[in-house]
Amino acid sequence: MRVSFPITMSRSANTWTRRLAPLLTLVLVLAAWQLVFALRLYPTFLIPSPQMVWEKAAQVLRDGTLWAHLLATSEAMVWGLLWGVSIGTLLGYLIAKLPLAEVLLTPLIVAFQATPIVAYAPLLIIWFGSGMTSKVVTCAVIVFFPTLMNTVVGVRQIPPRLRDLMRALSATRWQTLCKLELPAILPVWLTGLKTSATLAVIGVVVGEFLSADRGLGHWVKLARSQYDTALVFVGVLTMTALALTFYSLVYLLEWRLLKWQRQSRSV
Amino acid sequence: MRVRLEGVSVTYRQAGAKLLALAPLTVDIPSGQFVAILGASGCGKSTLVRVVAGLQPATSGSVWLDEVRNTRPHPAVGMMFQDATLMGWRTVFDNIALPLELAGASHAAREARLRALLPMLGLEAWANAYPAMLSGGMAQRAALGRVLAQNPRLLLLDEPFGALDAFTREQLRLDLLALWRDMRQTVLMVTHDIHEAVFMADRLLVFSPRPGRLVADIAIDLPRPRQLDMVYDAEFGVYARAARAAMV
Ligand SMILES: Nc1ncnc2c1ncn2[C@@H]1O[C@H](COP(=O)(O)OP(=O)(O)OP(=O)(O)O)[C@@H](O)[C@H]1O
Ligand SMILES: [Mg+2]
Repeated sequence: MRVSFPITMSRSANTWTRRLAPLLTLVLVLAAWQLVFALRLYPTFLIPSPQMVWEKAAQVLRDGTLWAHLLATSEAMVWGLLWGVSIGTLLGYLIAKLPLAEVLLTPLIVAFQATPIVAYAPLLIIWFGSGMTSKVVTCAVIVFFPTLMNTVVGVRQIPPRLRDLMRALSATRWQTLCKLELPAILPVWLTGLKTSATLAVIGVVVGEFLSADRGLGHWVKLARSQYDTALVFVGVLTMTALALTFYSLVYLLEWRLLKWQRQSRSV
Repeated sequence: MRVRLEGVSVTYRQAGAKLLALAPLTVDIPSGQFVAILGASGCGKSTLVRVVAGLQPATSGSVWLDEVRNTRPHPAVGMMFQDATLMGWRTVFDNIALPLELAGASHAAREARLRALLPMLGLEAWANAYPAMLSGGMAQRAALGRVLAQNPRLLLLDEPFGALDAFTREQLRLDLLALWRDMRQTVLMVTHDIHEAVFMADRLLVFSPRPGRLVADIAIDLPRPRQLDMVYDAEFGVYARAARAAMV
């Protein structure tokens, strides 16, 4: 039985202004950049013109180098996210459910998190080599924390009444997990995942900066050592685009999974 | 379902001190009776209902459901809480069907059961709505639907209308009585509203302030179906007055 509701989305008049605003910002930034270049305030090897960067981008797009590095970094991000988010979710769930896990793990995790990743990343590279593994590990390490925290918060904020309800209905552990806990933590968990998704680039790039033979971090380091500033710009902008892409993917996922929240918002 | 409590008491431990929430209670409720549990705030009404529901253990004594000693949640016992406690991510349909789903009922079976239930609750048009779209009264109706979907033989209602405005409460009382007239479950309803208790129940169990001790067991012989204007009858007043006198 499907019933439709007489609810119409009110399309606010300034929707278009809001949509165009980021574009406007972009244009302004580009204009300022061009201006700085035109005034010759700095030498070109410090600040290349937008056009030089554009041409460099076109070149590395054509010869495929950009794609190769982008692919290497993305691959490490995907694996890092998978591992980091899985472990973060699992540990977060344990910490929220088991007081013993909380007292045992919390100091360790806080200490781990408080230490700058760049400081101990070299250690990871010594352990895991200079290939894919160490990049994935650095990424996982940086990505797992937001997911963990949000999982803990999510599980803790499940109303006790709903737990009682599940108990009163003789729900099994598995049913409670699937029908109460997972859906209940989903909104908070997805918020954590958004943070994780943007951090994933940082994790991988830190790994690549320290030691790698491929990937955007390695590429940018190489370009810098050759004073190819335009290429550094291209590399950095690619990282930005990559972070935004991953963020958007999670945003889309959220949009798909949390339909119920949208439907029940007042319009 | 017959409910028998034998010396049931509950003591909580609060900051090291022991707190007697419910003094030993012995009571026998025959099958199909509508019982109201009346008492001041904090006298252990929720505690009592939770023990009967098997959600928490009694410190002493035993609960018998149909001559079987019970210590855990029972499939034929349905519990309704003070606030609706619906799951925000489930539609009204899926919220009401939750007990059936957990019991492994097929989608067709759930659909069939809900087709009968939704009109009784006045929620047909809201089957696919999410809880946040419902008014307080509708949400509570959905919660009632959820507990009825389970087909319980014992209905435990912990201040089911507590969070609602006077008009909605009144309407829901009538709705609940109408549903009960057809199904005849045993009902244990917690309330601290004397009028609500007298209006709905066959029997009042009145508890003293903490620690909750049974101070009066009053049979209500008002005719059924109950009508709203009965509250103005002299007889109604007699019961209400007796309950009030016992409470203080
Ligand atoms: N889990 C608990 N731990 C410790 N003390 C508790 C617990 N639950 C209830 N109590 C105490 O037991 C007493 C009875 O509580 P209960 O919730 O059963 O009262 P109630 O009659 O339902 O009150 P109300 O009408 O306000 O809902 C209260 O003094 C309360 O502080
Ligand atoms: Mg209570």
